[in-house]
Amino acid sequence: MDPVTDQRIIPVTMPKWGLSMQLGKITSWIAAEGDEIAVGDDLADIETEKIAGTLEAAEAGPLRRIIAQMGEDVPVGGTIALIAPAEVGDDDLDTAEREARAVIDAGVPADAGPAEVLTVEAGGRKISYAGAGSDGDVVLLIHGYGGDRNSWLFLQEPLAARYRVYALDLPGHGTSGKDVGDGSIGALADAVVAVLDAVGAGQAHLVGHSLGGAVALAVTAREPRRIASLTLIAPAGFGPEINAGYLRGFADAQTRRELKPVLGQLFADENLVTRQVVDDLLAYKRLDGVAEALHTLLGTLLDGDVQRAEGAASVAALGGAVPMTAVWGSADRIIPAAQAQAVDGAVVRLIEEAGHMAHMERPAEVQAAIEETIARAG
Amino acid sequence: MARSITYREAVNEALTQEMERDETVIVLGEDNAGGAGSPGEQDAWGGVLGVTKGLYHKFPGRVLDTPISESAFIGAAIGAATAGLRPVAELMFVDFMGVCFDQIYNQAAKFRYMFGGKAVTPVVIRTMYGAGLRAAAQHSQCLYPLFTHIPGLKVVLPATPYDAKGLMIQAIRDDDPVIFFEHKALYDLAGPVPEESYALPFGEANVVREGGDVTIVTLGRMVHTSLEAAGQLAGDGVQCEVIDLRTTSPLDEDTVLESVAGTGRLVVVDEAHPRCSIATDISALVAQKAFGDLRAPVEMVTAPHTPVPFSTALEDLYIPDAQRIVNAVKAVAGWTR
Repeated sequence: MDPVTDQRIIPVTMPKWGLSMQLGKITSWIAAEGDEIAVGDDLADIETEKIAGTLEAAEAGPLRRIIAQMGEDVPVGGTIALIAPAEVGDDDLDTAEREARAVIDAGVPADAGPAEVLTVEAGGRKISYAGAGSDGDVVLLIHGYGGDRNSWLFLQEPLAARYRVYALDLPGHGTSGKDVGDGSIGALADAVVAVLDAVGAGQAHLVGHSLGGAVALAVTAREPRRIASLTLIAPAGFGPEINAGYLRGFADAQTRRELKPVLGQLFADENLVTRQVVDDLLAYKRLDGVAEALHTLLGTLLDGDVQRAEGAASVAALGGAVPMTAVWGSADRIIPAAQAQAVDGAVVRLIEEAGHMAHMERPAEVQAAIEETIARAG
Repeated sequence: MARSITYREAVNEALTQEMERDETVIVLGEDNAGGAGSPGEQDAWGGVLGVTKGLYHKFPGRVLDTPISESAFIGAAIGAATAGLRPVAELMFVDFMGVCFDQIYNQAAKFRYMFGGKAVTPVVIRTMYGAGLRAAAQHSQCLYPLFTHIPGLKVVLPATPYDAKGLMIQAIRDDDPVIFFEHKALYDLAGPVPEESYALPFGEANVVREGGDVTIVTLGRMVHTSLEAAGQLAGDGVQCEVIDLRTTSPLDEDTVLESVAGTGRLVVVDEAHPRCSIATDISALVAQKAFGDLRAPVEMVTAPHTPVPFSTALEDLYIPDAQRIVNAVKAVAGWTR
């Protein structure tokens, strides 16, 4: 930031959604110049190569200037709008706008490559993971059934401002080896421990979503001193109810037509299931070995149509030693939010207008819940 | 983000991975093995444009050179397929396919049917097609409509490196004869391709661009020309939905019909001649099954009904370009009764 820039001018910048994102396009402005912005207000709809989302305000104040126009490509980190109190003069805003315009017009810097994907061996399987951030505690993000490390695209970079944040691909997922062995939670936990070892994490905070929540809990049960805090987002294993139709539908879907309605159940707002999201998942499902992996893991999650529920016993065994939060979208159609009450001793955060993928639908609130949990670990 | 490799490398990688996975997969054709050991050549040539380069030494005994007799080695490949191998034959230019028609359409295409499903013919015939390489009338044709016409054959035309790998793997695993068309002008095109193996199902068109005003149905190299036109048209406020058929047999009718139901307007873009072609077939499909959705007559952008010219100036005019597609789209978008 230019030192002469008025400190009262708050730049609104193009977010980085996912480690490979370099450019974002404003598809529409929701806020207008002159609006009084509150934290969490929707500012603009943004589209990337991979996904469409809504940018929420991180700071409050009057929106004085909109710099990036609709349809314009903006490099990650480029200033797209300015928030500033009324007493900041137009001359200062003009200067800040010119600087921001130059950054947008310059495009993506030549040295801005996608983040490196690292690998580690665990039980003969290749496990892929990627990191962001260089300082602070280690945070490891563990995705759910059928997901991958990119499920955290709205969270990994924002969390990296304060922590060293890693996300892995569980066995059978992403670019990790597709053999899941017996598909047990323990086999998946081996992969998580291997990544913690590889990054030299003596202690780490775990964040697990759905199946990844059950995995995070298993890792914690195995090495309770190593895990400083646990944020479970709609974790598997805390009650008999689960949407078995969704799980089987996801495992069985062969075509875009079959997959799209299945994926809609993941979100409160089904419009988030863009063609790109469906195509990316289909490309994953068509990799050799994925169909077998997904069907094996069905047996880990389900006993008939009933969820295998071993979570409460694992939590009880921990005896409250690890700070824990259960985050749940109130509109979750895969695992009902009522199961949050079964996570004994956890702080419960219900998130309105979010489905099973709360970390994709309401990332700012999930981020706040994760940071609050980490803070409790002291 | 997946790494980027070329269309040529994508076909090569599919062959390599399937040969590693299944020892019944063999490769045969002209100059696949040739060159190995000759002065200055460490490796085999890997075919006339080097697509199978590297396979000869990696899979000893499974990459075979053949005499310059297409009728003989295509027949041999089909016979080997009926006897339990999964041969991938390289027939340099599709223009030469004429001398092996009996083996292809009267034998390979018929075995499963005539033996009541007890015989399968898992052969892949790879072949180059298309104009643009100054190779004249006998080395530049788009003959996929001929093969699409024959029940019992599957006809595949990848447009991208990703599709080339996934469709080739499916072609090798498929139990029916597959004619696999590779456009010469696409070999150096690079794009993201997963390192792992994956099979793309036949009969699933790919919507490569979404838009609500006009549907462009296309295939092969013309996918890229159509995308170029769609980009220009978006600047003029016309949003095109571009559909890459990927396979012409089986044909994904549903994706075409669903798109036309939304747009009401269709332009078919095809590098082949205009009679009895994919362009006429898609036009007839929409006229028959989506007549009520149409808000304008169907337009076709194709090569003319002439041999491919040797004159470079004429060859450039012969191949459909983005401007012709733009004109056709504007004609249907602005059509009034």
